Amino acid sequence: MFILINLFVKQLFKSFLNLVPILAVVLLFQIFIVRQPIPDVANLIIGTLFVILGLTLFTQGLEQSLFPIGDSMAYAFARKGSLFWLLVFAFCLGFGTTIAEPALIAVADEAASIAAQGDMIEHTALAQEHYSLGLRLTIALSVGVAIVIGVLRIIRGWSLPYLIIGGYCGVVTMSFFAPSEIIGLAFDSGGVTTSTITVPLVTALGVGLASAIKGRNPITDGFGLIAFASLTPIIFVMVYGMLI
Amino acid sequence: MIEYLNHFAQTLLATCRNVLPIAGIIMGFQLLVIRKPLPYPKNTLIGFLYVLLGIAFFLEGLNMALFPLGNLMADQLTSSEFLGINSQHSMNWQSYCWVYVFAACIGFATALAEPSLLAVALKAEDISAGAISAWGLRLTVSVGVAFGLALGTFRIVTGTELYLYIGISYLIVIVQTLFAPNIIIGLAFDSGGVTTSTVTVPLVTAMGLGLASNVPGRNPLLDGFGLIAFACLFPIIAVLGYAKLAEWRSKDRFSSKP
Repeated sequence: MFILINLFVKQLFKSFLNLVPILAVVLLFQIFIVRQPIPDVANLIIGTLFVILGLTLFTQGLEQSLFPIGDSMAYAFARKGSLFWLLVFAFCLGFGTTIAEPALIAVADEAASIAAQGDMIEHTALAQEHYSLGLRLTIALSVGVAIVIGVLRIIRGWSLPYLIIGGYCGVVTMSFFAPSEIIGLAFDSGGVTTSTITVPLVTALGVGLASAIKGRNPITDGFGLIAFASLTPIIFVMVYGMLI
Repeated sequence: MIEYLNHFAQTLLATCRNVLPIAGIIMGFQLLVIRKPLPYPKNTLIGFLYVLLGIAFFLEGLNMALFPLGNLMADQLTSSEFLGINSQHSMNWQSYCWVYVFAACIGFATALAEPSLLAVALKAEDISAGAISAWGLRLTVSVGVAFGLALGTFRIVTGTELYLYIGISYLIVIVQTLFAPNIIIGLAFDSGGVTTSTVTVPLVTAMGLGLASNVPGRNPLLDGFGLIAFACLFPIIAVLGYAKLAEWRSKDRFSSKP
């Protein structure tokens, strides 16, 4: 028990170190440059303690739960040898986690209001809702496809640099044809798709697959799933912008 | 006190709702397709609860402490009084220097605190048996985000076209990928994707919108976007560049030895 508490305290301290820079930036700017008193000191202190506690619990749960789940599922699929089910799982994981992502919902709603102001769609709530939902489905679909491609790459051993360079060339070509209103949004949507729970699961899945399959190196082949997941949404959103 | 508890319960509930589809998919496949129990079901379940609680605490703390302050500062730093803007004559881009410094600092600090990046860095350290250090990777990525955000705010201030910057950075990334050591490529691109989530997106969005609405001649709806794209792109450049530097250095060391 004592060892457990000791470990927990150590982890708490580590999380605290992670937060020091953010606190330093905010405090220094507030004191020396903006030169205004900090509004709510009590909330600031309690909130910071919450963040530290949260990071500690998250790290603990990561090692104990999310990484092992991703690992064991990767091994189970590799042993089962059914490519079809592995790909279905990969697609579901990408699609399911993205469609419910809060950051994406916020961005999609904002994008819909911009589109309405830019006269791309009608000025009704219904049209905006439609547009926003379409956007979310498009992005979720693209993340699903991305994880499928990434898993296929690990299994078949395709070269990651060529695939990524190909993807980037695709993005550049598309951005010549897509309407200019959608381009900023498309590039931003690549960044908001990967949530705090998806990332560890997907990373563990990729690394687990790469270690389970003979002839693959977990470092060279295991990473790269998230790379695709932030590349394909850009392309898909531009296509969506062209079709609408 | 009760108000706090109530609010915390709501955050926890929202987190659970967001996790539900993932949990459902995993359970479904585990039960219907793999049909084998997880090796340590109890431990895994407790760990999953830790994750849920951890994220809830993390978000709640951010909402209480850092977001109000960060938004307030983004507001103050981009306000017309602080910048000394008056509508008569247009400003040149140097007058906004504190905004760039603030953007860089916030980018650096938030990337360092980002849980997703922490997860990827831990995994990388784990499987490379310590050859890639988690701290080193996170520092490199944070420097990348800092530079990306500073450049992004510069773009909003000057009003230059987004595609120019993106095009040039893509070119740099492609050239770097061709020459980078193979081992780092997947990791570099992954770390670009994970830098922007829970912590960075809200703060950065507030900053972009504040800046675009206060700088004369900018439209917040059009110029506010694009900061996140910068925050994703420059970590890739930073990690690839760092890996190349490390490779050169170790080659030098080997060749200098007789």
